[in-house]
Amino acid sequence: MTDQPTPVPEAGNPGASHGDSGLRPAFDHPLSPKERMTIDRSQMPEQDALLRAANFREVNLGYSQQLAMLEAERCLQCKNPVCIDGCPVRVNIPLFIERLRVGDMDGAAASLLDDNALPCVTGRVCPQEIQCEGRCVRAKKGASVAIGSLERFVADWAMANPGRSKPDGATSSGRTVAVVGSGPAGLTAAGELVKKGHDVTVFEAFHAAGGVLIYGIPEFRLPKDIVKLEVDRLVASGVKIETNAIIGRTYTLRELRERFDAVFLAVGAGLPVFMNVPGENFKGVYSANEYLTRVNLMGAWNPESDTPVLKGHRVVVVGGGNVAIDSVRTAKRLGADEATIVYRRGKAELPARVEEVHHAEQEGIRFELQVAPLEVISDENRWVTGIRCIRMELGEPDASGRRRPIPIEGSEFVIDCEMVVVAIGTRSNPLLTASEPDLALNQAGYIVTDEHGMSSLPGVFAGGDIVRGAATVILAMGDGKRAAASVDAWLRGEYPPGDEALASASTAATGT
Amino acid sequence: MHTVIDRAQLSPNVTRLVIEAPRIAEIRKPGQFVIVHRAPGAERIPLTIADADPGHGTITLVIQSVGKSTEDLVALQPGDAIADVAGPLGKATELLDHGRAVCVGGGVGTAVVYPIALGLAARGVEVISVIGGRSKEWVIFEDELRRAGEVITCTDDGSYGRHGFVTDALRDVIEAGGVDAVYAVGPVPMMRAVAEVTRPFGVPTFASLNAIMLDGTGMCGGCRVAVGGKTVYACVDGPEFDAHQVDFRELADRLGTYRDFEAHALEVSHRRAAERLEAPLHAPEGSCLIPGLATAAERQEVAAAAGERGA
Repeated sequence: MTDQPTPVPEAGNPGASHGDSGLRPAFDHPLSPKERMTIDRSQMPEQDALLRAANFREVNLGYSQQLAMLEAERCLQCKNPVCIDGCPVRVNIPLFIERLRVGDMDGAAASLLDDNALPCVTGRVCPQEIQCEGRCVRAKKGASVAIGSLERFVADWAMANPGRSKPDGATSSGRTVAVVGSGPAGLTAAGELVKKGHDVTVFEAFHAAGGVLIYGIPEFRLPKDIVKLEVDRLVASGVKIETNAIIGRTYTLRELRERFDAVFLAVGAGLPVFMNVPGENFKGVYSANEYLTRVNLMGAWNPESDTPVLKGHRVVVVGGGNVAIDSVRTAKRLGADEATIVYRRGKAELPARVEEVHHAEQEGIRFELQVAPLEVISDENRWVTGIRCIRMELGEPDASGRRRPIPIEGSEFVIDCEMVVVAIGTRSNPLLTASEPDLALNQAGYIVTDEHGMSSLPGVFAGGDIVRGAATVILAMGDGKRAAASVDAWLRGEYPPGDEALASASTAATGT
Repeated sequence: MHTVIDRAQLSPNVTRLVIEAPRIAEIRKPGQFVIVHRAPGAERIPLTIADADPGHGTITLVIQSVGKSTEDLVALQPGDAIADVAGPLGKATELLDHGRAVCVGGGVGTAVVYPIALGLAARGVEVISVIGGRSKEWVIFEDELRRAGEVITCTDDGSYGRHGFVTDALRDVIEAGGVDAVYAVGPVPMMRAVAEVTRPFGVPTFASLNAIMLDGTGMCGGCRVAVGGKTVYACVDGPEFDAHQVDFRELADRLGTYRDFEAHALEVSHRRAAERLEAPLHAPEGSCLIPGLATAAERQEVAAAAGERGA
């Protein structure tokens, strides 16, 4: 027996059976929680602010493998992982991080993809600070685990290594589902429904799938190649996509209900809201929707695009959300010397993601806070020459819990500029909803659903911005995921879905 | 993909393309339009559906080439394909169901007014079409419009039909009496002039607005125009509106937003074809710069000069 070679143990590596990457954890022995607490958060490497303010390449460069595995060591693997409660799609965060920590990339990717249809996207655009990372227990004493950066790392690895984390094909249910809209809610629902064996067709009004991910969020924050790969992955999993199909015009909702066993409406809140001040139709005033669509979807940032976009030296963007910050940073990259945010409340109230505001400040974006627009002014040819504004003071909190801005009398002033981009929100688009009188809407025109996402029309579900009003990518994805569970229950004749169905839809078993 | 089935040159700068689009051919109504996206990197262009053949699954688009994008589009030959055609978009024309209507078409607008004239005729409305062009070779769709009723053709130079503008002929028809509605499609100055001709007579008049748009679903707001003092979207609220209420000055003004860019892109496109020029479509400083702005180099010079003065 002594001649028998001793089998090489798997080095106590629980992930070794999943992957053959040869990666080893950052430390050669398991760390105690105390030791883990001594590791500082790994900073996300980013393009230099001066450089990036003049190009459209991605700002964040992503972790290296070493940085990612070191950061993974910081996760305490809590028995009660509250981070998951902070995630609208309930990604099993400690599980993918643990697999990453031990170098099991296949396992980490499989687990992440099982929970999240678009992890390359969410790893880049989620407001992690108010979600998973906001709940992370390490945030109580210092910095939270960089969950978003780790998600991005694993998702990008999976994208670069396709096939290795491919889910098993489900057996066909013989049921068909129409998903209207290919934004985050629609794509997520489509991915989930295909996994359950349903035949899913996504209808998109534009010529390319992705919704706000391709027309709205700029290249420097979410490269369009990445969105395309995410869409391609869904198509490879069986999702069919029909572009140039406008429901309410090309097909009616009634036709979809006849053709499909169930319908999920995820058309977003697409109409731009304007300021309703004089001069808004002068040349040089854009809605953020138009400005960003020209630059992103139509590629006007590239001098070879047939689609033009105006370029001003001084650009004022009205609004304080992510769309406003995206617009103002886009203007900077298109050559504006002065790119200014005008927002009627204070910095603490800016609804944009903290990292974006920080990045914008680094890039030299000016912030005119507690300022509201009164009028767009122009030259004799109706080209914008400035925007007349008034300063505001903050009063008592209003219904939204934020302090109400009140105009300060006599504080009017003009900001000289050649372009104004209006990014003060969006509202529901009646194109689809108005075509079906029996579809119940609320006063603002959003679709009314029951607690499981079904509209007033049996078998027609809705989610994302067309139900909740303009919100974030991840909330729309959460809606898509929950709606998929409801649609699945409906198709199986088990509607409304039990808690168990919802829970398994949210944190699907990952085979551990 | 949408294959080009047929192509014909109708006038020096107007081309007719018949393309495969079965779904749109089946359901489109007079007055509706499509958005055409020739290929990746191309512009999205709104074009009114001039005709449709549901049997063959085709629609007819009549295109005036005015810039690089439209030139690229009309350069397509039978057998070539268009990547994307979205629609039908916009509201259908509100057609009279009896009485007498005048359809006024100027230039490429003559093709746009054609389905409206046919739709009216099909409902038993008496249709008089008043169409025009600079000279004989610019007059299009005359034979087609005869299917809907009488056609009065005008040319600016008198080389064909009546000498003068369509508005002159229109005034005569209206003064003769009995006109219940006027539908006008053409260049903005023509539509504005038509509105002024009919206003004193109180004849309901509709104009089809060719505003700048991206998506055609109400999402970009680029096609916004004031009608009756209220901002509306040509893509979803129109494209046809009460011509007596439309702010044509604003429409014309907004249509000129990219004039400099379009001229530059067209020039680059032509020179590329002729001499293999390697210049970008967007000028280095961007021909989309708001007119009158200094270039970056000029701005740097000014800043440097100011710095010297300061020192």
